Amino acid sequence: MTMTDQPTGVLGSRMLRREDPALLTGEARFTSDIVVPGALHLALVRSPYARARILSVDTSAAAALPGVRAVYSGADLADLWAGPMPCAWPVTDDMKNPAHLPVAVTQANHVGDGVACVIAESAEAARDAVEAVIVEYEPLEAVTDLEDALSDRVVIHDELGTNRSYTWDLKIEETDGACDAAFAAAAYSVKERYVQQRLIPAAMEPRAVLAVPQPFGGDMTLYSSTQVPHILKVMTALTLGIPEHQLRVIAPAVGGGFGSKLNVYAEELLCVALARRHALPVRWTETRSEGCQATIHGRGQIQDIELAADADGRLTGLRVRLIGDMGAYLQLVTPGVPLLGAFLYAGVYELPKAFDFSCTSVFTNMTPTDAYRGAGRPEATYAIERAMDALATEIGIDPLELRRRNFIPVDKFPYEAYTGLVYDSGNHDGAATLAAEMVGYTDLRERQQSQNVPGATKRLGIGLSTYFEMCGLAPSRVLASLNYGAGGWEAATVRVLPTNKVQVVTGTSPHGQGHETAWSMIVAEKLGISPDDVDVLHSDTAIAPLGLDTYGSRSLSVGGVAIAMTCDKVIDKAQQIAAHLLEANPDDLEFSHGQFTVAGSPDRAMPLAAIAFEAFTAHNLPDGMEPNLEAHTTYDPPNFSWPFGTHICVVEVDTETGEVEVLKYVAVDDCGNQVNPLIVDGQVHGGVIQGLAQALFEEAVYDSDGNLRTSTLAEYLVPAASDVPPVITGHTITPSPTNQLGVKGVGEAGTIAATPAVINAVVDALSGLGVRNVPMPASPNTVWSIINAAQGGSQ
Amino acid sequence: MVHDGGHGLQRGGADRANQGDPVEITVTINGKAHTADVEPRTLLVQFIRESAGLTGTNIGCDTSSCGACSIHLDGEAVKSCTVLAVQADGNAVTTIEGMAAADGTLHPMQQAFMENHGLQCGYCTPGMVMAATSLLKENPTPTEEEVRIGLEGNLCRCTGYHNIVQSVLACAKG
Amino acid sequence: MIPAAFDYVRASSAEEAISLIGQYGDDAKLLAGGHSLIPLMKLRLAQPTVLVDIGRVSDLSYVRDAGDHVAIGALTRHMDVENSPVLREHVPLLAHATSHVGDPQVRHRGTIGGSLAHADPASDLPATTLALGATYVVAGPNGTREIAAADFYQGYLTSALEADELLTEIKVPKMHGAGWSFQKFNRRAQDWAIVGVAAWSRGSEAGVGLVNMSSVPVLATSVAAALASGASIEDSAAHAADEADPQADLNASAEYRQHLARVLTRRALTEAAG
Repeated sequence: MTMTDQPTGVLGSRMLRREDPALLTGEARFTSDIVVPGALHLALVRSPYARARILSVDTSAAAALPGVRAVYSGADLADLWAGPMPCAWPVTDDMKNPAHLPVAVTQANHVGDGVACVIAESAEAARDAVEAVIVEYEPLEAVTDLEDALSDRVVIHDELGTNRSYTWDLKIEETDGACDAAFAAAAYSVKERYVQQRLIPAAMEPRAVLAVPQPFGGDMTLYSSTQVPHILKVMTALTLGIPEHQLRVIAPAVGGGFGSKLNVYAEELLCVALARRHALPVRWTETRSEGCQATIHGRGQIQDIELAADADGRLTGLRVRLIGDMGAYLQLVTPGVPLLGAFLYAGVYELPKAFDFSCTSVFTNMTPTDAYRGAGRPEATYAIERAMDALATEIGIDPLELRRRNFIPVDKFPYEAYTGLVYDSGNHDGAATLAAEMVGYTDLRERQQSQNVPGATKRLGIGLSTYFEMCGLAPSRVLASLNYGAGGWEAATVRVLPTNKVQVVTGTSPHGQGHETAWSMIVAEKLGISPDDVDVLHSDTAIAPLGLDTYGSRSLSVGGVAIAMTCDKVIDKAQQIAAHLLEANPDDLEFSHGQFTVAGSPDRAMPLAAIAFEAFTAHNLPDGMEPNLEAHTTYDPPNFSWPFGTHICVVEVDTETGEVEVLKYVAVDDCGNQVNPLIVDGQVHGGVIQGLAQALFEEAVYDSDGNLRTSTLAEYLVPAASDVPPVITGHTITPSPTNQLGVKGVGEAGTIAATPAVINAVVDALSGLGVRNVPMPASPNTVWSIINAAQGGSQ
Repeated sequence: MVHDGGHGLQRGGADRANQGDPVEITVTINGKAHTADVEPRTLLVQFIRESAGLTGTNIGCDTSSCGACSIHLDGEAVKSCTVLAVQADGNAVTTIEGMAAADGTLHPMQQAFMENHGLQCGYCTPGMVMAATSLLKENPTPTEEEVRIGLEGNLCRCTGYHNIVQSVLACAKG
Repeated sequence: MIPAAFDYVRASSAEEAISLIGQYGDDAKLLAGGHSLIPLMKLRLAQPTVLVDIGRVSDLSYVRDAGDHVAIGALTRHMDVENSPVLREHVPLLAHATSHVGDPQVRHRGTIGGSLAHADPASDLPATTLALGATYVVAGPNGTREIAAADFYQGYLTSALEADELLTEIKVPKMHGAGWSFQKFNRRAQDWAIVGVAAWSRGSEAGVGLVNMSSVPVLATSVAAALASGASIEDSAAHAADEADPQADLNASAEYRQHLARVLTRRALTEAAG
């Protein structure tokens, strides 16, 4: 047969999003918008101490308040849990994992740890009752410093005997001792320490949960503002010891996640457990200040990185030591986050097998960390990109030139890296060249020469970041080698209805990414129909029972590809039916623009619409063929996808105030073929600003007693429009050879690339003043202090 | 000025044991009068969402920082999480549900957000649209800088603001 | 977040408000725009048992040319101060500084009197009115009295207002064409200033108010004195932190605040002289 995938022009167009009208008119329903009569309201009593023994919980005064149905201590609820809160990524066999219950029983381990809860008839009554619960604590010394934690001076979880959760090593050497030898022989080397501050993900929609018992038989529907309805269903069933098939999880409109809703939280488990106990719906909506303490944080690492290079500046060895901040407990994938970065420490550069990585992760008395946009990969990229600038300074060459000397050449792709991973495709010099052109790199360097003279108070800085992202977290076998507790596949069903409308069922679970639009475009392109005729069903485990949800820039490169593959199966089946009805050989049929035509006889044709109806009536199908035009795929990709690019940030630093002004930001990203460039640009814009926010604005600040000092959006500085620059986007397109759409992920790229680009620019601006590093966030006070220190303390 | 009318808005010290007794208020929302008994501590955003059942107005913080709850009170953008419902008694509120025309045609600002991909998850969007329309009412031809400053009270985590700013500029151009 | 329960009473006039406040005593709080008080109540950092709403006392919302000064009703909203043609002409520093308060939504609700009476040293307007030599008119059960801005601020969130008094009017001297500058330094536009400087100058005469440089708004008298004695702007600005006693917080050390005050004062005086 001849298959011609003739484009209809849908794929690759800037089609407007079908998600938008409901969101723009306020008709979209987020979890807390869903009205359920008679629902009870859950509220939690949270520990004001970072570490304290719970001596007693007196619920009597709270229970006596009007509208209060029940007040529970952790001990009251202990028999509800079949197991502790789940951690799905035991990275080593001997990993330490403290028992973590939805409501603590004997000891609270971070400010915001739940110690009791209230069920009441209104949110107001629940909130008032929380104030009336009397908890007697014995405050214990808290640990908030990573190196202090490592010393085991104070052991947080007595039963573990240590604060070390695990040490995970990755040493890759051509011959034993190759890494040490590389450093011994190096013409140049640098040794740097970087600190990834803690970040609060701060999705604009606070988390919300609603558990609704169904009539008869004990079924339960759980609505949650989650990225992972499928994972949540499995984990809720396991943790509560209830039959999985009686649980249905729905993620309605979800207002952003950035990893913070890739988890299984106490409030989700509590709502289900208490809805079962009270046989009534139970709901909970997070307040922002509660969320800052009780929703996972991101980053939190100390990175020691060493580069060895030969006389030309080519990398010859790389050594990394990490301390990972787990926080008080291990949440769903907490321990795995540093590992996700382990494979990216050489960035986009050629490195011989002389790599020595080790990560030790520790418990602290702070909110648990977990995946936050990029998860491990921004940290790794930051370290290598900052260290490359340090190396360029050491050698005395332009940072772009140093990068060019080390890029993996375009003709070496697919490229088997030192780790054994195969990079699917890349053109790093192409992206860097385009970015340099767009920003006017040569002119800027000249301007910098004339501007950054001694005594200048406005200093120009240019920062580069050339990045690789390892995304689409898969294949399953590779995840198995990392001890990850799930696979990397994604499921899709494509169903052509009798009237030639199409239902697509996907296991991805969007929360702002525009999957409904993008998936409809893929199907429209494949089947030659209008995207308006495609309905995308998702985020409800009763409708889309199979899936692994949305995180790690996986949705398009795994879930979207699964849909394309399923369309091929539908076309194959339709072709058999068309051949049967047209009395032609299937191999003589061509499919184009939604119609099968017999090659050489354009008048002998049959549209998909007619075939769909024939498949439905099943009156005249080929012998043995099942009725209906529907196919299913579970796709386990053969490789990760490897998007890449170059970002360049231009800043001016006011040396009198320490203020950093971003003058220009250019992002060149290559995510392979683009389904919808409008959406791609939007992902880059948002990612860049989130990465820039880490560089300049955001930090979850704890005092030494473990009190979170940035527990509202008044203190935690998510920047506004007036605080950030426009983002100038450009693209190169290097299709991935590993999937039929040639696509790669793009959701995290901006965040990965931006943070080092911004800090490299700040350090570049100040390099003439003797500044070699600037900690994040590069606040005015911090920058001013760094300049002062470099200048010998006088200003 | 007191819309007393037996609503019990004023009470002497003797009543004060019953703190927070409900009072009756009427707020016109999107042209329709909504009358209800509310506790004085009820925030306007709660009244809009719970009493009037209009859930398009979102709550994103508790410090008046994020602007997700922005609505128009007598034609001007305010943060409805920082206004008590009793303070809006007798006033006119417009929420995101009141922006599109009766026939469903989007307001030009809504249309501009759609055409310029000015939203992703959509949670900040109602507040952004309300703040942006208020901004253009006061400054019909803003520069990009003025748009950015005019939206300083609204936080978005998805878009990096780039396309939100483009949406507002496009709407201003008409 | 949900405030603790309270009773709500609405006043229809300044006199009624004063009477109600007298009746309820220390448990009562005045509610104007609510943009200082309601956020504290939502976090339950303030739990008044009675709120006396003066938001509808419409005769306290005005901007009037009163000859040598401009009279501003205490319940005039920030947006109306910012856009007042009278203030833009005669007291442009105040109109401009007000445009930096909070964000547009806040300025649609918040009032000048509410902001001043809250006595937050981090707010823009107390220091600005201080620099301008404003006088506050205060009404109480025994009539009205006037308090100079310089005497009004007594401590953190503490003013010379008695519990049963109400700020009714702000009298701001006209600037008569003096040069001026408002330097607000912060990390996010919507936030309180890390340090702010409100300054005007005419020749060697100047007024400089500092935002967030002490537990009260600060009048930088040493700067004005230095200028008056003929010192250069640079040398005068070096005295900017002399009257200040700044605290450290998440955004700034005390030392950095002092440094910023000097830099921003220099810039402000330079712009004002420009």
